[in-house]
Amino acid sequence: MMAMTRSRRGAGHTRDIFQYLEDLLPKIVLAPTAIAILISVYGFILWTAYLSFTKSRLLPKYDLAGFVQYIKLFSNDRWWVASKNLVLFGGLFIFFCVVLGLLLAIFLDQRIRIEGAIRTIYLYPMALSFIVTGAAWKWILNPGLGLERLMRQMGFADFTFDWLVNSEMSIYTVVIAGVWQSTGFVMALFLAGLRGIDDSIIRAAQVDGAGLPRIYRKIIIPSLRPVFFSAVIILSHIAIKSFDLVVVLTRGGPGYSSDLPATFMYAFAFTRSRLAFGAASAMMMFFAVMAIIVPYLYSELRRKRYE
Amino acid sequence: MKRITCRWMIVAVLVAGMFSYNAFAGEVEVLHWWTSGGEAKSVGVLKDLLEKEGHTWQDMAVAGGGGGNAMTVLKSRAVAGKPPTAAQVKGPQIQQWGDEGVLTNLDDVARAGNWDTLLPGVVADIMKYEGHYVAVPVNVHKINWMWVNPDVFRKAGAMIPTTWAQFEEEAAKIKKAGFIPVAWGGQNWQEATVFESIVLGVGGAAFYEQALVQADPQALNSPTMVKCFETLRMVLGFIDKDAPGRDWNLATAMVIQGKAAMQFMGDWAKGEFTAAGKRPGVDYVAMPVPETSGGYLFNVDSFIMFDVKDTEAQKAQQAMARLIMEPRFQEVFNVNKGSIPCRLGMSRMAFDAPAHMSFDSFVASAEAGSLLPSMAHEMAVYPAIRGAIFDVVTNFCNSTVANDRAAKTLASEVQSAM
Amino acid sequence: MNEERLPLLSRPPQEIAVRVVVYGVLILVAIYFLIPLIVMILTSVKTMADIRSGNLISWPREITFDAWKEAWGTACIGVACSGVKGYFWNSIRIVVPAVVISTMIGAVNGYVFSKWRFRGSEVIFASLLIGCFIPFQVILLPMARTLGALGLSQSITGLVIVHIVYGLAFTTLFFRNYYVTIPDDLIKAARIDGAGFFRIFWKILLPLSTPIFVVCIIWQTTQIWNDFLFGVVFSAGDSQPITVALNNLVNTSTGVKKYNVDMAAAIIAALPTLFVYFVAGKYFLRGLTAGSVKG
Repeated sequence: MMAMTRSRRGAGHTRDIFQYLEDLLPKIVLAPTAIAILISVYGFILWTAYLSFTKSRLLPKYDLAGFVQYIKLFSNDRWWVASKNLVLFGGLFIFFCVVLGLLLAIFLDQRIRIEGAIRTIYLYPMALSFIVTGAAWKWILNPGLGLERLMRQMGFADFTFDWLVNSEMSIYTVVIAGVWQSTGFVMALFLAGLRGIDDSIIRAAQVDGAGLPRIYRKIIIPSLRPVFFSAVIILSHIAIKSFDLVVVLTRGGPGYSSDLPATFMYAFAFTRSRLAFGAASAMMMFFAVMAIIVPYLYSELRRKRYE
Repeated sequence: MKRITCRWMIVAVLVAGMFSYNAFAGEVEVLHWWTSGGEAKSVGVLKDLLEKEGHTWQDMAVAGGGGGNAMTVLKSRAVAGKPPTAAQVKGPQIQQWGDEGVLTNLDDVARAGNWDTLLPGVVADIMKYEGHYVAVPVNVHKINWMWVNPDVFRKAGAMIPTTWAQFEEEAAKIKKAGFIPVAWGGQNWQEATVFESIVLGVGGAAFYEQALVQADPQALNSPTMVKCFETLRMVLGFIDKDAPGRDWNLATAMVIQGKAAMQFMGDWAKGEFTAAGKRPGVDYVAMPVPETSGGYLFNVDSFIMFDVKDTEAQKAQQAMARLIMEPRFQEVFNVNKGSIPCRLGMSRMAFDAPAHMSFDSFVASAEAGSLLPSMAHEMAVYPAIRGAIFDVVTNFCNSTVANDRAAKTLASEVQSAM
Repeated sequence: MNEERLPLLSRPPQEIAVRVVVYGVLILVAIYFLIPLIVMILTSVKTMADIRSGNLISWPREITFDAWKEAWGTACIGVACSGVKGYFWNSIRIVVPAVVISTMIGAVNGYVFSKWRFRGSEVIFASLLIGCFIPFQVILLPMARTLGALGLSQSITGLVIVHIVYGLAFTTLFFRNYYVTIPDDLIKAARIDGAGFFRIFWKILLPLSTPIFVVCIIWQTTQIWNDFLFGVVFSAGDSQPITVALNNLVNTSTGVKKYNVDMAAAIIAALPTLFVYFVAGKYFLRGLTAGSVKG
């Protein structure tokens, strides 16, 4: 890139070195991060993988014991319930956050007078830790204490909302509380994206006679694709890590019908002193997540290169 | 010359200063989960006693999960090589920690304090690892209590039951009169608490020992166990539909307010009644769970002591162990917490009526061989096995699993967890 | 910034109907969002007798701020009975360095990934992003071991380092996505003029980065302030953050629960993050708008 004059060997040589160093600089700058991640993400995953092949109970023990933990894992009813729940919860959570977030963003974009206040109201749940808000949600969703009782007192005698105490439906209450917490952030992402769209394209389409829904469908939403990407990454991250949400709201209950892999792993690895078993469940969780996220990341990042 | 003298004088002053500081002041870092209200005050008592002797108490309180979070922290610290001086660990987990070789030996303190004579054999055994004391017990909770609102019984024209057959009849009367017979908290430890009381009552002390202490698969998948599940299913027919997830104290509130007739809960429920201004024997009655009047399911909280290198810390550790077993702490702590002292032969004056019943029952059952460790409260089996039992019981309570299927699953899950 | 939008809803009679729907939906959803906060505030100003006997979503019989005083200054958390105020400052000591350092490193990383790409840099970036997806429970023990080996276990420094390491994926993502939208020509021109790596960063990119700094700082502050797991495992006694104190207060195992104090303490614990969102919310949106999420 820089013109190298080789007329005087001394000066050219010095510039060579500088050029070399400058090429190296980005790599040097990235190095601490790369090393940190290598150890604290990939190194620890490998350690967990190793442990999953041992018989560790209270504390780590390093004698290998084959696949015994995985065999036990696959015959554990609670594990299958937790895995199914992650798919249900993750899917619904991401879906509703994205749809609701997009909808709210579109509505808020219509030059609403109270935009500032509404936006703050939608965003604040993200600021609170679920340990803080969990107790409130638990009461609200409890049929005897919360919404159902309130509606009945208001005269709707047949109103039932007992999902929280129903084994079949308890996981959906986790979705309700989770969507409440994260939709605001997604809405902010979409709102920012909407505001960044170039007006002239829309004006041109309107001149051509396109109706409003069509404009949204064909122009606006497709141009929000990068926002969808960020939103899905952030929401998946939240869904997988959902721990406080389950612990505070349902404790995995009734029974273990609303358990998730993160709480499963914690209970077995730590509370029940079955460290190797917990490690096996963590590895399974990791594989399943990778199977979905890696293709998605690959397709999105490749696409970016060509934009 | 002058400068050297000056320097030496400074050194001398510093050294003198070091010695004049209490040479026997050690620091104990204590990990526990008694973090609020009455429980915290009780721990505060121990801290004060320890500090009066010149030692310092570094508090490491971690609540949540009934000790679950605390155990995570403890394990992380053990892995990091920096365990605390003392930690609140109970039951067979003490032996598991002993297996790791990180615990210290309290035999000297035990000998000096006569622990072997002052503690019932069952309790002392839990505190030992390979015959040596590694932990010190703090209190004794009785689990198999039934808390009753006599007023509700009166209104329903029912009698307080002492057998499960009677229970079925009386509960039906209460339900008919429009009350909730059993105040139930749908959390796995509460369900397990009722389950183990039923096992004790229906199966007897020997069966309980075989099934829930030895975890013998023969006992777990036996006709007696099927009968236990049958009884549990019967009891579940008398709870309200909002029970899942309910905290234990909210269930007690139902009894206090006269909405429900009975609650099966350990002796800490007494604290709720007292806080609401209710009087024992008048506003509420404490009965043993049906068919368990001779039996005593106990929960003993205890502190394990880790091996520390610092001699000052060791002295502080031993002082803490000694103080815990002394009458003064035992009395104040247990009066505050609603439990009874584990130290035999103590004065009963400061304790209330239900505690007196507990005292008597404790001694009697120790002699009769029906003083048994509570499985639900981590006293009987390793955490892995307890967890497996919990899963089966909670699933049973929250679904329509058949009784014999439940017993079969119980045996297989416990096997898998071993 | 497109502040002037076309009136997209352009036909008068329909416009009113549509606007009614829009406002209606927004307000209904706003109620859904506000209910838990209302419940918490109402509970925190009731007396225990009121809570015990009454409905949990009901107007207080008398309003009292005793629970708040107790939560701040006298509630027993462990053996110390001095409320949550000490832990409040601990959280600040943890959050400030962690946020500042992780943001700075993320900025430089983002700069490299967007403007100084080299062979394999996309792979490194993707590998970094994957780090977002491990549940933190998995790394507790190995991290404890590592910190122990470094002599940093149970210290604020160790906890700060943990937060920095696990925040890098997000901060880098934010900055990289933002810098990608800054035209490469700017950089090229600067290089021809002879500016080097750091000079370009300092003189050209940083001045343009205010919006994304705001986004990043808000996100990191929220995540780290609200963290419980790392705080409880990697801190000790006096240096525990406020989330740990709150958990201790709320989770008494067999004692009597005081719901009003719990709620008051929970709101106090949430005040800094709420404050950040109320005050900086506008800048947050501006930061996101300025191209941070596009490609």
